[in-house]
Amino acid sequence: MMKSLVKQGWRPALVIILLFLIWELCVQLFQVPTWLLPAPTQILEVGITEWGQYSHHVWATVQLIIVGFLIGSSIGILVAIGLHLVPFLKQSTYPLLILSQNIPVIVLAPLLVVWFGFGMLPKIIVITLVCFFPIAISLLDGFRQTDRDLMHYMQMAGASRKQLFWKLEWPNAMPSLFSGLKISATYSVMGAVISEWLGASEGIGYYMTLASSSYRTDRVFVAILIIVALSLLFFIFINWLEKIVIRWRSSGEGGSSETS
Amino acid sequence: MKHLEVKQINQTFGDVHVLNDVSFSVSEGEFVSILGPSGSGKSTLFGIIGGLTIPNSGDVLLNGNSIKGKRGSISYTPQTPSLLPWRSILDNVLLGQEISGRKDRAKALEMIERAGLSEYKDAHPHELSGGMKQRASFIRSVLSPQSLILLDEPFSALDEFTRTDMQKWLLSMWEEAKRSILFVTHNIEEAIFLSDRIIILSPRPASVLNEYKVPFDRPRREELLLTDEFLQFKKDIYQDMRLAHTT
Repeated sequence: MMKSLVKQGWRPALVIILLFLIWELCVQLFQVPTWLLPAPTQILEVGITEWGQYSHHVWATVQLIIVGFLIGSSIGILVAIGLHLVPFLKQSTYPLLILSQNIPVIVLAPLLVVWFGFGMLPKIIVITLVCFFPIAISLLDGFRQTDRDLMHYMQMAGASRKQLFWKLEWPNAMPSLFSGLKISATYSVMGAVISEWLGASEGIGYYMTLASSSYRTDRVFVAILIIVALSLLFFIFINWLEKIVIRWRSSGEGGSSETS
Repeated sequence: MKHLEVKQINQTFGDVHVLNDVSFSVSEGEFVSILGPSGSGKSTLFGIIGGLTIPNSGDVLLNGNSIKGKRGSISYTPQTPSLLPWRSILDNVLLGQEISGRKDRAKALEMIERAGLSEYKDAHPHELSGGMKQRASFIRSVLSPQSLILLDEPFSALDEFTRTDMQKWLLSMWEEAKRSILFVTHNIEEAIFLSDRIIILSPRPASVLNEYKVPFDRPRREELLLTDEFLQFKKDIYQDMRLAHTT
């Protein structure tokens, strides 16, 4: 596992290092002022030396992400189950579900501030809005793609609607659920930062607006770096969770052939 | 006493007449095969016996009681093994019992052992070969509480030798368990080798064309497949079916 990561990972890693190198050289060569574009080494330096000053912003954002993601994904799961089990609901509210995603969050967020103030609630609503959709849609897809032969067997065996759902449809949709969770994990980081731009007294998004309004471009880049790192960490965590939950698939499909 | 009785079933889907006055029965402990060309409505018939489809007319009786439209009255082994990929073999085998209420792990383990799958009881289905999966699927049916087992072309996806092995295995399991079996196939040889009685369906709309009592003694051995009597019997059935197919 680790070995294959090193084996396949060296190429993109090399490209990134090369990119940073070119960036560094260009900044040095053309003497670009720091407020316009700081060199990678400068960003790194600020990131390390000022950690004590901004770390509480990072923790605030991490908290917001976790709470928002948990609430958003729970709602996503509940919505998917509800729409799946009650076909009438699906027919009547599915278009609404898609419509909810066509309203840009950036537009919606100030409204939420007007309605709910600057507290935790409007931020959670923003994260929930961006989170629940990928989960609900992929889970619904997972329910729909239940193997017909398995369904037929369960029905012939006399399974009730409840048994069909918990013994067949739900476990069958697990891989789909996780692909939704992975998308939502990265979205929730984005949602948290956006919600912090609009009105917050702490958090990475707040730190970023402060930095950019005072032309501290190096700090803006530190914020970007942290956002990327958080997204990545979150994604890796969900991936790890998936490996634990879906063991039955991890050893590879089609590993055995039709011989005996 | 008749274990299963199918009485004058008629079924149409839109303009398509699928089943035309189909009647037959299975006695207690009997192995009956239904032999018919592909697309002759065998799956529809199974859907009706299993309670998934309610026929336009006719009735299905189990031990004298109507099971028309009642799901879960018979035990079913589908064409594909249909094991749940996220469950271990042991948990898969217990599924039939789980649906109807009580689980008997000790019995399940014993059956798994008899099927030669002990090593694989904790494995997931994708780790098993096609024949092993089909064996697990059959054990699931045997363990299910329903007394009549319905097998829907369970060996059609297997190669010739695996198929013969599976047939012998099925016979040995059946001779011990003494359950009534209704077996659907389009393979004449398979039907003769396994059954007490063969019911021949005509092409669509399917009706019972003929019924044969298989004259060979049990326990049957593989050598039987190449004897003159066996081949002559096969020829008779083949001509019967051929005639219906062309007219």
